[in-house]
Amino acid sequence: MIPYFVIIPLAGAFIIVLLNHLIKSDARYAVTDSAANLATAALMVLSFLSISKTGSYTVGGWEPPFGINLVADGLSVLMLCVVNTVSFAATLFSVDYMKRYTAKRYYYSLFLLMVAGMNGVILSGDFFNLFVFLEIASISSYALVGFGTEAEEIEASFKYIVMGGIASAFILLGIAFLYSRFGVLNMAFISQAARANPSIAKFPLILFTFGFLIKAAAVPFHSWLPDAHPSAPAPISAMLSGVLIKTLGIYTIIRIAFGVFNWETGAVILRYVGIATIIVASLTMNAQKDLKRLMAYSSISNIGLILLAFGLNTKLGFLAGIFHLLNHSIMKSLLFLTSGAVFYRTGTRQMFQLGGLAKKMPATAATSLIGSFSISGIPPFGGFFSKLLIILAAVAAKNPAAALWAIFGSVLTLAAFARVQKTVFFGEEKKEYENLKEVPASMTSAMLILAVLCLAASLLYLPKFRKEFLSPAADALNPQNYRELVLK
Amino acid sequence: MIYALCLTLFLVGLYGVCCKKNLVKIIIGFMIMDYAVNLFLITVGYKKSGIAPILDSTMNINYFAAKSVDPLPQALVLTAIVIGLGVTAMMVAVAIRIYEKHGTFDVTKIRKLKG
Repeated sequence: MIPYFVIIPLAGAFIIVLLNHLIKSDARYAVTDSAANLATAALMVLSFLSISKTGSYTVGGWEPPFGINLVADGLSVLMLCVVNTVSFAATLFSVDYMKRYTAKRYYYSLFLLMVAGMNGVILSGDFFNLFVFLEIASISSYALVGFGTEAEEIEASFKYIVMGGIASAFILLGIAFLYSRFGVLNMAFISQAARANPSIAKFPLILFTFGFLIKAAAVPFHSWLPDAHPSAPAPISAMLSGVLIKTLGIYTIIRIAFGVFNWETGAVILRYVGIATIIVASLTMNAQKDLKRLMAYSSISNIGLILLAFGLNTKLGFLAGIFHLLNHSIMKSLLFLTSGAVFYRTGTRQMFQLGGLAKKMPATAATSLIGSFSISGIPPFGGFFSKLLIILAAVAAKNPAAALWAIFGSVLTLAAFARVQKTVFFGEEKKEYENLKEVPASMTSAMLILAVLCLAASLLYLPKFRKEFLSPAADALNPQNYRELVLK
Repeated sequence: MIYALCLTLFLVGLYGVCCKKNLVKIIIGFMIMDYAVNLFLITVGYKKSGIAPILDSTMNINYFAAKSVDPLPQALVLTAIVIGLGVTAMMVAVAIRIYEKHGTFDVTKIRKLKG
């Protein structure tokens, strides 16, 4: 079952363009929409079916270390569920939203390539293969950021390509150093070789940290994100902020630092970078006037929170980090979709031009309120429980300062999203929005799915579900377990 | 020694990407950085007076193993070159679009986005 996570989106990306070429009538638009939705829905179902199934798949039957293998452990499976659920909601939202753009077929094609890249990164058990999938996901996201081809979007896209390109060069250099040291590129074999002396790979690890933190947009490498994410079409912003930065940035760095090497200095670096990210992003977030820009800064601040949790380097810290990663993926993609719905009807993202939309667009307002509650950490939504778990983990790791910074970030997030709700959805009604209607059903249903998941994610805090879903993921971040899974 | 030169080349490229104001020069800096990494990968697998890693039936396997250069970095570099080509093509395409919209390649004059 493991290879299908890469095969389905990769094949879908090419089949969609081919189908568009073959069908001449107007039916092709419906065919494109349904094919893309079918692919992402199939991926979502597959990822939920593979919960609690682990294993290693050798591509083409060539055994590692020289063949490439795909590994599914607790953490990968959880990440697959998150990525594919969000991508299903995003394609559902795209059906109506992307009508304003031309060349929808290329949009879906790039979208599926991005999903293929992300699934590949999550499953890869080989350093170079990870790099290849990372570049597939990155290059398609560069193109998607500039999809509107307006002056600002193109500019943001170039900024993103330059930063992403530097990050990729650092990662490839790190891989070259690893190869010169170990002579293999398979993660499990390198982990085996470095078992006795984890500091043997210090220099490549530092290069990886650079590269992946640029991809994750942690401070001080965050400057590309507030330009790139708001410039993309709304479903793509949801994908980029919701899952791409987490898959390409956070998942990769924690997998390498904790899953392969057990690198303790790395934990300290992640912790301090996390705290710096929370401070800078939370303060700049409150100065934003553009709705999507504010949400982009909030993404950076939450990236900081997740890095902080992983940087504690305890099992509870990993659990809290994974839980918050899951929650933030769902709620941030929900918030970006609602901002897209607002833009779809009003044509503006400036908050002071909006007002009183709650009466005109009740479903959008309600789902946005749920997302804002969850991200600000108000019970009973998922965001509250994961932030609580991070604070508990920080206190348990005898690091109360980290807990205080986590609370600081949460309070400023609450302030920012309270302002969003007040200016956009409540407040006085503007005259020009009198005849506003709710967005089409496909868009509301995508938002409703994510809103329900926001609430459902809080169930994972219960010990029974925590043991079933989150603990295997946290256990996977242990070199011993990883080696046992792959090397048998 | 040769490794140090590769890293110097990498830093030259990084300087070009970070400090140059012209989009075309940024792209060239990026390409230099890419080549430096590829060169480094190739030198990792290099052996002095080594032979091509192709085994034919007349060759002794032990002689082959001792003399041939490491083939894996060569395969990696081929892939890395193709990826670098993709990224460079994307950058050039975006730079052309920027020139159409703004009429300049100077990054200090392209400032529609703030922050």
